[in-house]
Amino acid sequence: MSAGDPGPDRDDRDVPEGGRDREPVLRGLPGAEGDGRGLPLFGAGGARLQVDRRRVIKMMAAAAVAPALGGCEPSGEGDPGAASRAATPPTPSSNPLAAGTLWDPDLIAPTVPWEKTLTEDERATLAVLCDVIIPADDRSPSASSVGAHDFIDEYVSAPYEPIERDRVLVRGGLVWLDAEAARRFGGGARFRALDAARQHAICDDICSSDAAEPPFLQAARFFDKVRDLTATAFYTTPEGMDDIGYVGNVPLAGPWPAPPAEALRHLGLEGAI
Amino acid sequence: MAGKAQQEHDVIIVGSGAAGGMCAYALAVQGVRVLMLEAGRHYDPATETPMFQLPMEAPLRGGGTREKPFGFYDATVDGGWEVPGEPYTSADGTEFRWWRARMLGGRTNHWGRISLRMGPYDFKPRSRDGLGFDWPMTYEDMAPWYDRTEALIGVYGSNEGLENTPDSSPGVLLPPPAPRVHELYTREACRELGIPVVPSHLAILSEKQDADRWPAVLHPNNPLAQRVTRESMRARAACFWSTHCGRGCSIRANFQTPTVLLPPALATGNLEVVTDAMVREVTIDGRGRATGVHYIDRKTRLDEHASARVVILAASACESARILLNSRSSLFPDGLANGSGVVGKYLMDTVGAGLGGQVPALENMPPHNQDGASALHLYMPWWLYREQHAGRLDFARGYHIEFGGGRRMPGPGLFSGLERYTGGSYGGAFKDDCRRYYGSFMWFDGRGEMIPNEDCYCEIDPDTVDQWGIPVLRFHWKWSDHELNQARHMQRTFHDIIVALGGEPYGDPAEDGADAIAAPGQIIHEVGGVRMGDSPRDSALNQYCQSWEVENLFVTDGGCFLSNADKNPTLSIMAIAWRASDYLVEQMNRGALR
Repeated sequence: MSAGDPGPDRDDRDVPEGGRDREPVLRGLPGAEGDGRGLPLFGAGGARLQVDRRRVIKMMAAAAVAPALGGCEPSGEGDPGAASRAATPPTPSSNPLAAGTLWDPDLIAPTVPWEKTLTEDERATLAVLCDVIIPADDRSPSASSVGAHDFIDEYVSAPYEPIERDRVLVRGGLVWLDAEAARRFGGGARFRALDAARQHAICDDICSSDAAEPPFLQAARFFDKVRDLTATAFYTTPEGMDDIGYVGNVPLAGPWPAPPAEALRHLGLEGAI
Repeated sequence: MAGKAQQEHDVIIVGSGAAGGMCAYALAVQGVRVLMLEAGRHYDPATETPMFQLPMEAPLRGGGTREKPFGFYDATVDGGWEVPGEPYTSADGTEFRWWRARMLGGRTNHWGRISLRMGPYDFKPRSRDGLGFDWPMTYEDMAPWYDRTEALIGVYGSNEGLENTPDSSPGVLLPPPAPRVHELYTREACRELGIPVVPSHLAILSEKQDADRWPAVLHPNNPLAQRVTRESMRARAACFWSTHCGRGCSIRANFQTPTVLLPPALATGNLEVVTDAMVREVTIDGRGRATGVHYIDRKTRLDEHASARVVILAASACESARILLNSRSSLFPDGLANGSGVVGKYLMDTVGAGLGGQVPALENMPPHNQDGASALHLYMPWWLYREQHAGRLDFARGYHIEFGGGRRMPGPGLFSGLERYTGGSYGGAFKDDCRRYYGSFMWFDGRGEMIPNEDCYCEIDPDTVDQWGIPVLRFHWKWSDHELNQARHMQRTFHDIIVALGGEPYGDPAEDGADAIAAPGQIIHEVGGVRMGDSPRDSALNQYCQSWEVENLFVTDGGCFLSNADKNPTLSIMAIAWRASDYLVEQMNRGALR
């Protein structure tokens, strides 16, 4: 069992799932809320997640210019939450009791307390790659249109030492994409400017770290990581939730209802309740 | 409020979690003037709980970090397996992870709400199999306190009449929510394996409590207690089946002390709460009786003292042991209440192991809301008592199974590793795969009984203090084969269940239990260390949590535990704390403890 396993939602708050057979840091994001799989607390060998000092300084600088606690509705570009509250009841705009630290953040109006660090050029290539992974179709928009590349920038810029490895993986992979484009299609070619067929020709070689030929193995690890992060970004948006049919997070009056008949039928459980 | 106490008090309670909250309620409604000291900050679930916030609004999509190990929206403040400025250590070659929450309500704000009674076997384990220790009281002694606790806090569940899985008195439990579709499917699959799947017991209001009935039942002839309890029950809403309990609950539908026990206690006018008060030691007079506690005011960093006739430690098993061990004097050179030498000894956690899998039958499920109570609607109580008692298993105690899955709110890592099933799809094919596989993953976790042993203990580290100048704990840990073999059995069972579901487990069960078992402390069911017993020779407390040596000193948290059954400890902590509180009031009423 590895942490690359899809993360089923875990709902036992007592259970910090993890243990020695998981490497959440290297193989993927922590599972969904409630799994307590704690990003990197339980990496192989018990390595603990430590804040990277250099990034803390940047983070503190960012905090110094951000509005102080209280009254700061997240706003501006880079805040992935600003557009997403329509479906939820209004909440207080801030939590004056919270210290505003990483240990005691404002949970009511969250902010990301570190700067994004990718260059505009990197972000542009990343946006294209995100859309190769999750393109628009008749059910939902593309990943970049809901800010997936923005999230990846946020993620790789996070001040946690284990994420530093993902940062190197992602940035190195972006350089490799252009080098590979130039190798295959002539000097000066940039991955993001290739036509779809040529982009796919490269991606077909790196889309599976199990199946990749040896020369493409490192690039396949990069692609896996970006696919995981793109999926995390996309399917946590209202557009992504609609796409896969998540219909919860709404208050219901009365007793919890039994499953609908079509769901029972799906499993042959018509007689089970 | 932080700072100094403003009033005179009869009793000081250290800690505001399950034990401290229950003691404060039980004492205050009986007219006892209580000072509660909480090491963490004030916390108000009504205004601080992120009830509907989406993962995308949070850093890292709400994923866990060092500072928020259970995810960004978890209620825990200034806590986790680390607390800034408050280290602990482990002896060479061992490891224990100590979870703390520095906030009003402590760990009750984020806990799993799983509320299982210990059974008759669980109070007398040594009599049954010769291992561990018997409790001084029986299940029959405790049954009324379980009833009262469940009725007060609100627990949903059902009475199934199963072995060592006690029924509650009629009418005590709230109705369990209907099972979700993956839970029903699992119940069917477990039928052929002979594993019972029944409604779980969780401290969540599946409907409003009967505020006209329970206050009079719980507090006959006590109008004050009835009034504040009635008002508190009326102020709590029923669960609306949305948002995760671990975030806390602004509508007070689940149990956490700041929404359920502290409001009625405060409404009596008999409870004063001082937060940011980090207790260092219990003070004594020349006769060896407790006079109060020293605490550090976290805001001023100054040492303060509070006085009362009685001191109750309810700071968590290990923190209470720490306070006792740090309360050294010429009268008590080895720490307070430690004449038997057991303080810090026989620490326990719960045995944990898990396995998940992908279940094709759940693919392409017709979309419908599967949030439910966020946690378990069904669970599997231990079912192999007879086989175990007959010696047919290579471990002595049982475990229950918690499980889940389904189409829950997407969070970080939702489709991590999906290439295992898709061969690495991307583009339109990947979107189709996500639609197909969403909700088809299930997980199973065992929660099993650990048998106390001499190698699991904490002591004061002679080299290290925390930022408040208080010597810290050093932990020692060693599992026995009972725990390791049990963890291996768990994974084998989960493998069988997943196969019975027609699914594919993520991997094979571990050959070695050491590869299956969760790290010590990881399940956060820390109990023991200040154990109760029949005799001052080998225990620190009597069955009412009263110190044998210092009669006006009580320890009512999980520290008093003699065993750690596979029943998550919080409900038992509260039942024991309430019973101890009523004993304390009786003692005070008859003029003792002056």
